[in-house]
Amino acid sequence: MPIENIIFYAFLGLTGLSALFILLSKNILYSAFALIATFIGMAGIFVLLGAEFVAITQILVYVGGILILMVFGIMLTNRLSQAKVETEVYNKFFGILISVGLFYILAKAIEMADFANMGWMKNAPSSPSSVRDLGMKIMTDYVLVFEVIGILLLLALIGAVRIAGNTREEGADAA
Amino acid sequence: MPLNTILLLGAALFCVGLAVVVTRKNAIAVLIGIELMLNAANLNLVAFSRFDAVEFQGQIFALFVITVAAAEAAVALAIVIKVYQHFQTANLDKINELKG
Repeated sequence: MPIENIIFYAFLGLTGLSALFILLSKNILYSAFALIATFIGMAGIFVLLGAEFVAITQILVYVGGILILMVFGIMLTNRLSQAKVETEVYNKFFGILISVGLFYILAKAIEMADFANMGWMKNAPSSPSSVRDLGMKIMTDYVLVFEVIGILLLLALIGAVRIAGNTREEGADAA
Repeated sequence: MPLNTILLLGAALFCVGLAVVVTRKNAIAVLIGIELMLNAANLNLVAFSRFDAVEFQGQIFALFVITVAAAEAAVALAIVIKVYQHFQTANLDKINELKG
């Protein structure tokens, strides 16, 4: 077995096991930490798939940004005197039933579609992608979408600060 | 790296995310499930992008999904924090003031 495959299956196992841990753990903080492991495993798989830039973005945005936000959210929405930050679980039977059923349907569909033997898959160019080409593509063909998504992110972050922060009247009272 | 294995992992991650969203009562745990589902979609996009090495459409779309997920997480956590300040709970079943 080549070394690349061993690394791939290691990342695959890390991703799958930590996702299962999220499902089984009742503690939200442990779930958030397991989510970090899931994202790191997926970043490793992205690198092996030839998408280095997506992998770095994944680590920067998810592990560095969203997970910190999640942990802050957990901190701010639980009384700190409480020993454990546990969530209640309900709909256990139907939730598991629906997701197992959906997984069965998806797995069946993936098996029946048989992507690996399709013509355009076999004839696909196997040239390794590079970050330089991706950057050229973003800055030429997709530049409008790139700018729009930047404005969307800016608006969302300003809106989030406006929602979560004190309103102006309260701020005037506090001052 | 067989393509089917990656697609199956994506399907499994999506289903785990769905189960987390359906079974958890805490709003932040639900958000964690949504992030898992978005990532499962990203995995499929990047996996198919490997067969499209010239155009990069899958990778670029995955980048946009990550950006929108970041915006979604920021706004959702802001709303959860405000809801907690108002109702003193993040339990989705207890926030039912509009319930008839």
